[in-house]
Amino acid sequence: MALPSTEEIIDDLAFFDDWEQRYQYIIDLGKSVPGLPEDKRTPDRLVKGCQSSVWLVESYDNNQITFEVDSDAVIVQGLLALVLAAYNNKSPKDILEFDIDGYFEALDLERHITPTRGNGLRAIVAKIQHLAKENS
Amino acid sequence: MSLDVAALRAQFPILAKTVDGKPLVYLDNAASTQKPQVVIDAIVDFYTNTNANVHRGAHHLSDEATRRYENARTSVAGFINANAREEVIWTSGTTEAINIVANGLGQLLREGDQVMVTELEHHANLVTWQQACRRSGATLNIVPVFDNGELDIDAFDRLLTPNTKMVAFPHVSNALGTVNPIKLLTEKAKAVGAWVLVDGAQGIAHGGVDVQDIGCDFYAFSGHKLFGPTGIGVLWGRKSVLEDWPVWQTGGEMIKDVTYHEATWGELPNRLEAGTPNIAGAIGLGAAVDWFKNLDMAALHNHEQALLSYATEQALALEGMRLIGTAPNKVGVLSFLLDGAHPADVGFILDRQGVAIRTGDNCAQPLMKRFGIPGTARASFAIYNTLEEVDSLFAALKKAKMMLA
Repeated sequence: MALPSTEEIIDDLAFFDDWEQRYQYIIDLGKSVPGLPEDKRTPDRLVKGCQSSVWLVESYDNNQITFEVDSDAVIVQGLLALVLAAYNNKSPKDILEFDIDGYFEALDLERHITPTRGNGLRAIVAKIQHLAKENS
Repeated sequence: MSLDVAALRAQFPILAKTVDGKPLVYLDNAASTQKPQVVIDAIVDFYTNTNANVHRGAHHLSDEATRRYENARTSVAGFINANAREEVIWTSGTTEAINIVANGLGQLLREGDQVMVTELEHHANLVTWQQACRRSGATLNIVPVFDNGELDIDAFDRLLTPNTKMVAFPHVSNALGTVNPIKLLTEKAKAVGAWVLVDGAQGIAHGGVDVQDIGCDFYAFSGHKLFGPTGIGVLWGRKSVLEDWPVWQTGGEMIKDVTYHEATWGELPNRLEAGTPNIAGAIGLGAAVDWFKNLDMAALHNHEQALLSYATEQALALEGMRLIGTAPNKVGVLSFLLDGAHPADVGFILDRQGVAIRTGDNCAQPLMKRFGIPGTARASFAIYNTLEEVDSLFAALKKAKMMLA
């Protein structure tokens, strides 16, 4: 299943009026992103957040970068889905030009799901941007 | 006599806070405790009225700062029943305190020597010794725990040999809450002539620490886990041992005579306290100790046990909740897993309901591996927590369970 666009996600989240619905939406979004098979969850692909493990696998095709992600925590997997909505199947140039801080702000996820928490989100964004830079 | 928890809570301004419109339920006390107003006031008053460097100035402020700073040392010494006030060494916290001892030990160990710790260790009481052993060629032995988190005393006995030079263990396990029989373990270790260090980070805030009674050589703890400020802690050491212990940092304050090419070390406590100390921190910790030791310890213990038993009772009644650490003698900590839910997810959902807990490896990765789990969710209680807050924890957990199932 394809992820909604970043604009659609921002609209969807704005529609809910309580935190439980928002969290449920994020959890469901995470569930729509297939995880990684065991053999791809290797230590070198592990991006360690302090509370949960996150794996990132990238592949390149035709000036596009495709990402596969997995986390052992469902809310973190949902947050990864939010990140993939912004970055998946984009060119390195698009990735580097995307205003991720503006996006997170627009998501208005409140302090819990801001990328400053120990959920590895900031580390994932940094890694994706680094990969884009290397391939641009 | 029972503890007036409402009156106690009223002394902690932060406990009146709300998070997202919900009352803060602070259950992360094993990570850091909150501070009563008297501690905050002591720090503000120091900077407002008496700030100056200690032991140096030929002026009124320096004298006053020194007096308060040294009074704090006397308070701490009395609190833990040290033989002498110079046995109290200020450190930045438990970690630095253990590093002072481990660093010195690394210089004293020889190949063939042994050091012993337990499976329960926080990284601060493991990596320190592990590295000291690596540097010196000594062997590190690890005393196992049973599946309930209780230390295997028979294994302790078996691993103890005449070559054991240092035995270190936690007073209370930060991850599981197990209270170790520290007096018994110390007695056994002393019988083979080993030094004994007790990691008191989680033990100190439960009161009743008497270093002479324990019989250990070192007891380490942090101020911020005892209602005091961060960045200050204590290494208590037996005077006869500390006097000759290899010095830690070198520099100002810790010396006696200095030439360009030589230096001799000062007396205790200075020889282990190089540089300008955390003066405000020490004064804040002194205030915390003075405040704490006036509480009714028996009432405090009863209240803490009531919190833990009430929480344990509810945990056992909640389907899908698995407790990690069920030793008969426990204090302050409820580590758990919810079936099918990652601890980080549980933490996120509790946080959104105003309930603050810790999630993750609890700074004890080998112990988590021992239990075959990535980590736990950990609720930890302090004397100002209430039974109603335990109810809030479980209401929040039920919601988490519903959302994550």
